[in-house]
Amino acid sequence: MSDLKTQIIAQLNLQDVKPEDIADDQPLFVEGLGLDSIDALELIVLLQQQYKIKLSNAEEGPKVFRSVRTMAEYITAHQSRNV
Amino acid sequence: MKLLPEDIYITASCIISHHVVYKNEHAIFENKEPDVTAFLVAAYHHFQLQYPKFYKMDNLSKLGWLATELLLKDSFHAGKYQPEAIGVVLANASSSLDTDIKYYETAKDIASPALFVYTLPNIVIGEICIRHHFNGENAFFVFDEFDAGFMEQYVSNLINNNILQSCICGWVELLDDQYKTVLFLVEKGGSAPNILFTKKNINKIYQSENG
Amino acid sequence: MSQAVFVAGVGAISAIGKNVAECLDALENSRAGIGHMHYFNSLHRERLPVAEVKMSNDELAQLSGLPTTKSRTALLSMIAATEALTDAGIENLAAFRTGFISANSVGGMDKTENFFAEFLSDNQRGKLRDVVHHECGSISELVADQLGIKEYVTTISTACSSSANSIFFGARLIKNNILDVVVAGGTDALTKFTLNGFNSLMILDEQLCQPFDENRRGLNLGEGAGYIVLVSEKVAAFLKKKPVVTLSGYCNANDAYHQTASSPDGTGSFLAMSGALKKSGLQPADIDYINLHGTGTQNNDIAEGTAIRRLFDPRYPKMSSTKSFTGHTLGGCGGIEAVFSILAIEKGIIYPNLRLQTPMKELPFTPEINFIKNIQVKNVLSNSFGFGGNCTSLIFSKS
Repeated sequence: MSDLKTQIIAQLNLQDVKPEDIADDQPLFVEGLGLDSIDALELIVLLQQQYKIKLSNAEEGPKVFRSVRTMAEYITAHQSRNV
Repeated sequence: MKLLPEDIYITASCIISHHVVYKNEHAIFENKEPDVTAFLVAAYHHFQLQYPKFYKMDNLSKLGWLATELLLKDSFHAGKYQPEAIGVVLANASSSLDTDIKYYETAKDIASPALFVYTLPNIVIGEICIRHHFNGENAFFVFDEFDAGFMEQYVSNLINNNILQSCICGWVELLDDQYKTVLFLVEKGGSAPNILFTKKNINKIYQSENG
Repeated sequence: MSQAVFVAGVGAISAIGKNVAECLDALENSRAGIGHMHYFNSLHRERLPVAEVKMSNDELAQLSGLPTTKSRTALLSMIAATEALTDAGIENLAAFRTGFISANSVGGMDKTENFFAEFLSDNQRGKLRDVVHHECGSISELVADQLGIKEYVTTISTACSSSANSIFFGARLIKNNILDVVVAGGTDALTKFTLNGFNSLMILDEQLCQPFDENRRGLNLGEGAGYIVLVSEKVAAFLKKKPVVTLSGYCNANDAYHQTASSPDGTGSFLAMSGALKKSGLQPADIDYINLHGTGTQNNDIAEGTAIRRLFDPRYPKMSSTKSFTGHTLGGCGGIEAVFSILAIEKGIIYPNLRLQTPMKELPFTPEINFIKNIQVKNVLSNSFGFGGNCTSLIFSKS
C-alpha cells in the first residue's frame, strides 16, 4: 500500500504530501485529501498504466477510490483475475 | 447625455519575466533556476503561499495564478467589491500551446485528463476566479503581441459601464522556457500616487522590466 | 447614448445542414446529425458517435473558395460567415467600419495532427503549410482576409462560450461607435485532440446524447460554425431587408468553482442569465424560449437546470437543447445557437429537445419535445457555458 501511496502522490502532483501522511483508511476525496473529479480520472489512468486494470465506468470511481485500502483491494481482486 | 467617466487607475502591477518577479516595478524575487516549473515553484515557496492545487496546474496557470497572488497581496481589499463586480481580462500569443503539446504527448499512450483540462487558455482565468471567488466578466484574447491600447479600451469600457468595479488584466504568455506575464490591478476612483490606466502607462510598466 | 444593435444576417453550417435552410429543415423534421464517423478518423470510430458536417474537406473547400489545404475549422468558418454576409445584403459594405470577431477552441489542430503523424515517422517529412495555421488567431485572419475584412479582426478563446462572447463583444464595438458592422460567431472542426480529451474526462455518450434526461450519459462532440451580422442603427436604416431582431442583452460571469465542472447550484449560469435580463431591461416572464447550453452531461444539465429554476420559478418559458441535433460544437455552438435563436423569433418557431424520455427528477420543468410553429416568440435567451467557469447568456428580441 505504501507503493500505491507514492504512485498516487506522483500521479496527482500532491507535492506537499508524504506517503506516511495518508492513512490507509483516510477518505481520499473532499474531506480527506481534498481530491476532485479530475483527480478521480487521473486515478483511473494510474490503474490502467501501472496495473493494466481498466475501469471503464466512472460511476464505479467513488467506491474504488474511497481510500487507499479500497483501491488496493480493488487492484488485488482484479489483478488475480487477470492471471 | 453622458456622465464624464470617473478616472481609472492602475493600483498595482506584477511582472514575472526572465527569472525575476516585480511588484509595482520593484524586483521582489529572483531565482536563476532554468526550468520554468522549478522557478515558479521556488517563487511559490519563497512567498510562503498555501494552495496545494498550485502544483497540479499547468505552467500557464501557475504563472498567471502566482502573478495574481502577488499582485493582490497587500494591494487589494476583496471585501470592497461584490464578487460579480471583479473581472479578469487576459491575453497572450501562444494560447495554451505549451500544455497542448504536453497533453498530445500523453495521448499517444493514455490521454491525461489532468492535462486536457488545461488545453484552453482561459483556464488560467478560472483558476484565478476560483482562488479569489471572483464572479465578474472574464475574457481571454489571443494576439500576436501585447496591445496596450486594446487593454485600455476594453477594460475602461467594462468599468465605465459599471459592468465591473475592478479588473485584473494583462498579458500571460508562456511557451516552453519562454514566459512573460504583466498583470495590472485596475480600479475606479483611485488617487495619487496611483497611476492612470492609459495606454502610455500600461506600456511603460509592460516594458519596465527590460530596463 | 446606447444604441440598439440589430441582426442583419445569419449563417450556419453544422451536422444537420450546410446552410441555414438545410438546418431549419432538419430542425423542423427532428432529424439529428449525430452518428457514425464517416469523414473524421479516430481510434474510437466504432464506439463514439459524433455530429459531423456531412462533407469532405475537398467539398468544403470548393464551397468556401478556400484551398483544400486549409484547416477544416477555417473552411467551416468561411462558409457560414459568407452566408451571413450574403443574407445581410449590405450593398456598400466597404463604406462601413467592419469587423470580424471569430471564436474557436482548436485552431488548425486537424492539420497539425496530419503533420504530426508524418513528422514523427520521419522528421524530414510533413508539410509545414499544415502547421502554420495551428494557432487559433490564424484561422480568423485567414477567413477575414478571404472575406475582405481588414478594419478589426480578433479571436476569442474561452472554451465552449467562445462564440457567444464574440457576439457580445461585437455588439459592444458597435454600441461604442468603434465599428458599424460586425460579423461575429465561431467555428470548430472535430479533431482527435478534443475527442480524446473529452473521452479522458469520461463525459462522451456512446449513444446519441439525451440532454436534460434523467438518464443522460454525456455529450456527443460535433463540428460546425455559426455567424451573425450585427449592425448599428445607422446601417440598419440603409438596408433593403429591414432587420427585426436586436441583441438586447448579454452577460458573462465566472462560476469560480472548478476548471471543468459547473458548481452544483449553477452560480455562473445564474449570474450570466440574470445579468443578461438586467441588461435587456426584461423580466424572466418576458422570455419566450431558452436555447439551453444542454450538453447532456450529468454535471452541466443539473447546474444549468438549477440556475433556471432559481431564476424562473414558477413560470417557465419553453426551452430545448439543440445540441440533441448538432452535437456539442465547442467554439462554434454559441454562434450556431444564436442563429437558431434569431430564427425562432423571425419565424415564430421553437425546436424540440430530441430523445427526451424521462424528465430530470430534480427539476420542476421539462424541455419541449415537439417542433412548434406559428407561435409568438419575442425574446429568446441563449446560454453558452464553458470550461474555466466562463458562462455567457445572450438575449435576442423582436424590435
